[in-house]
Amino acid sequence: MKIAFELNGAPQYLDVGPGEPLVALLRRLGMKSVKEGCDTGDCGACTVLLDGRAVRSCLMVAPQVQGRRVTTVEALGTVDDPHPLQRAFLQAGAVQCGFCTPGMLLVAHELLSRNDHPSPDEVREAIAGNLCRCTGYVKIVDAVLLAAQWKREGRWR
Amino acid sequence: MAVETRRRSAVGQNVTKVDGPSLVAGKPVFTLDLDLPGLLVGKILPSPHAHAEILRIDTSEAEAVPGVRAVLHFGNVPRVPYTTAGQGWPEPSPYDTVLFDRKVRFVGDRVAAVAAETEEAAEEALKKIRVEYRVLPAVLTPEDALAPGAPVLHDEPDSEGIYDARRNIAAAVDIPVGDVERALAQSPVTAEATCEIPYSQHCAIEPHCVLAYFDEAGRLVLRSSTQVPFHVRRIVARVVGLDPARIRVVKPRIGGGFGSKQEILLEPVAALLALRTGRPVRMAYTREEVFVASRTRHPMRVAVRLGAGEDGVLQAIDMEVLSNTGAYGTHSLTVLSNVGSKTLPLYNKARHLRFHGKAVYTNLPVAGAYRGYGATQGYFALEVAMDKLAEKLGLDPIELRRRNHIRSGETSPIFEKIGEGREGTAQVVRSCALEECLRVGAERIGWKEKRLHRREEGPWAYGVGMACAMQGSGITGVDMAAATLVMQDDGSFRLLVGATDLGTGSDTILAQIAAEELGVPVDRVLVYSSDTDFTPFDTGAYASSTTYVSGNAVLRAAGDVRRQILAVAAEALGEGPEGLELAEGAVVSRRTGKRLALAEVGHRATYVANQRQIAATASFACPESPPPFAAFFCEVAVDRETGLVRVERFVVAADCGTAIHPKGAEGQLEGAVLQGIGHALYEEMLFAKSGRCVNPNFFDYKVPSALDAPRIEAILVPSSEPTGPWGAKSISEVGINGPLPAISNAIYHAVGVRMTRAPFTPERVAAALREKGR
Repeated sequence: MKIAFELNGAPQYLDVGPGEPLVALLRRLGMKSVKEGCDTGDCGACTVLLDGRAVRSCLMVAPQVQGRRVTTVEALGTVDDPHPLQRAFLQAGAVQCGFCTPGMLLVAHELLSRNDHPSPDEVREAIAGNLCRCTGYVKIVDAVLLAAQWKREGRWR
Repeated sequence: MAVETRRRSAVGQNVTKVDGPSLVAGKPVFTLDLDLPGLLVGKILPSPHAHAEILRIDTSEAEAVPGVRAVLHFGNVPRVPYTTAGQGWPEPSPYDTVLFDRKVRFVGDRVAAVAAETEEAAEEALKKIRVEYRVLPAVLTPEDALAPGAPVLHDEPDSEGIYDARRNIAAAVDIPVGDVERALAQSPVTAEATCEIPYSQHCAIEPHCVLAYFDEAGRLVLRSSTQVPFHVRRIVARVVGLDPARIRVVKPRIGGGFGSKQEILLEPVAALLALRTGRPVRMAYTREEVFVASRTRHPMRVAVRLGAGEDGVLQAIDMEVLSNTGAYGTHSLTVLSNVGSKTLPLYNKARHLRFHGKAVYTNLPVAGAYRGYGATQGYFALEVAMDKLAEKLGLDPIELRRRNHIRSGETSPIFEKIGEGREGTAQVVRSCALEECLRVGAERIGWKEKRLHRREEGPWAYGVGMACAMQGSGITGVDMAAATLVMQDDGSFRLLVGATDLGTGSDTILAQIAAEELGVPVDRVLVYSSDTDFTPFDTGAYASSTTYVSGNAVLRAAGDVRRQILAVAAEALGEGPEGLELAEGAVVSRRTGKRLALAEVGHRATYVANQRQIAATASFACPESPPPFAAFFCEVAVDRETGLVRVERFVVAADCGTAIHPKGAEGQLEGAVLQGIGHALYEEMLFAKSGRCVNPNFFDYKVPSALDAPRIEAILVPSSEPTGPWGAKSISEVGINGPLPAISNAIYHAVGVRMTRAPFTPERVAAALREKGR
């Protein structure tokens, strides 16, 4: 079946399988930042933003994004010009293996889009659905708080 | 090396992780992020039985499924006994595994494999493989496996290196020092603890995966999420019967390992499927397969008996281990050995020691390497026993450790007696800041105050507990790493290392080690790692080896390149190299103050005069294994009504020598501590009577989330290891050894019950509280 949706700002109109997982579609379209860690919605590595809200792309099928806006980390920043949130992750030491990082960035992005002054507990709650086995979350929380501070200081583009 | 005379420019700096920018940008840097045309999907048929003989296997219907390209099983694959453990040579694990056997030994064991055009076709083919089993009686506990008349798991005639196959004993050790029984009998004060750790899994967020494909020359390339690319090449070549020279193993970025990827699991199957079909093949475990069919921590029961004088000085330690290695003996001997070798030297005042134990086969998933590698299990029992001993002596637990722990300049007979599956190497501890770790950790958590005044609020009772631990830095007499450092014509550098960054940041710290010696910023050193075609040998990322072993190789190569640079500059500047030094990207003459930029050095050597490539390859074989040390402190709250335990705060103070990248080192501690908290409070693989794992997913097996994680405060206490690169030793494992005993000891302080079986679930704590109340 054909669906139309917006992926990282670009319109898409293409054939998908009716049961094709959204994560498979996005990876097929080259969005390799979307990771598969569990396939049951428990790890959060496949998180994407759907109309600005964080969702698990392994729990959705492709036709569900018909007419909607999908954002992945590829749209956030680049290697040479990272988004402030990505810079904060680097500066805080929040990246170890980096496999959970795209999902973490997106849930953090969603949090900061509605609350640019989160408490550490609010950050923990926001990222609680995304598992990280490397960091103990300490520096991920630091990174989100740092990015929030930069946002309040008007240092986000 | 002017280690102390100049300010360090790269070492000790929190530089940007060299792979960080591409990781945060979500670039396609992981194994499965590569798109290959014509890629087939490989899948494995798991055994539904814990123990069975395969009488007949019929793959005709499966092969008829449209899109199916190959089916492998015992009937069409060479039988080569090997071990899946990715260890150095000679391999210390028994050769008790073949790719596909006539017998299956746990629910999830490999029966057959399929390659097909699509995932769906592969799945359908698996369903159509007809297997006729003769179900055999299974053993699900080590005790049952050791019972007379128990079913024998490994009755095949061609296995090698099993300690006693007929009794299901994969490995056994018995190492006495002095006369422990007499010393225990004569000790005025004794204490003992028996602690148990269940099946738990590493839960790296990236499941095991591999791409097998052919390059332009028809050579087989394995792009694998592995900790041991060079061992993969060696072992796959032998198992599939291919000249190693025809295999290239590439490790891209990998999504965590923690030991579970120190195993050769999917690679030989993918290699064979690619060879049979002539097509590229992708294989990836599902999360359920990661739990059941990759590797786990060795479940263990460790019994420790301590004997001490009235002064609290230990006289004797007896440590006895019963380890469950599951269906195969990968890492069975070496993990068992490490239970003693990484724990007993910590308390070297004890003159009489005995370390003995067995690793036993059962019809359950296969245990293997997991961060801590036996030390985690050993410290649980040792440090709970120490807590009991402190209580009997009326001593503060910290004071008891102070009276017994090893110090700089001291040794332990254990270093020489127990190695990795053979004798070890005598060594003296040259750096130890454990005393300082104990001091700053105790101060940070408020030990004295909290120990004296226990708090209670409603159902909650609060307590504090502590523990100590050490680990090693590489495996003496086994580990070897090499590095090649090349200066480019523009004066920048390429660093080629076999070392395997599994997310730890080792690429970054190796660049820092080189940059420091070369007097350049880290971004002038391009790191390329873990490719058996392009990088020199390295045993791989395990045994806390990379910073120390690979780091020393890098430092040697950088020292050699530095001398070559100075020689070129000496020619250019018309003076001897003695008066020249490297700083801030240039060679500087101390006599004349003249500067020659490294770009000019590179240009001159490449194009201008006395042309040659400035480059060096150096290697480092691990002559000793300097231990990092750590002191752990935690505060817990115990709900006396429900038995729920909350870790309120966790402080870890660790001595890793010089921290090359302090934030990276803290991150290793924080992550290791949270895994340890997971072991203590949540994590346990559970099995039905059939031997089937009933919780192989993140919903039923609880990995701590950000909401479960307490405040973890990591403190780096510096020391300088004279044999380490820029004074460094390891950090990646030691942090996982403390949480189990520290939390158990804190629970005891809070509510007076000793939790000796992990995890300390509300049910178990509540049961212990009821028992105590009776």
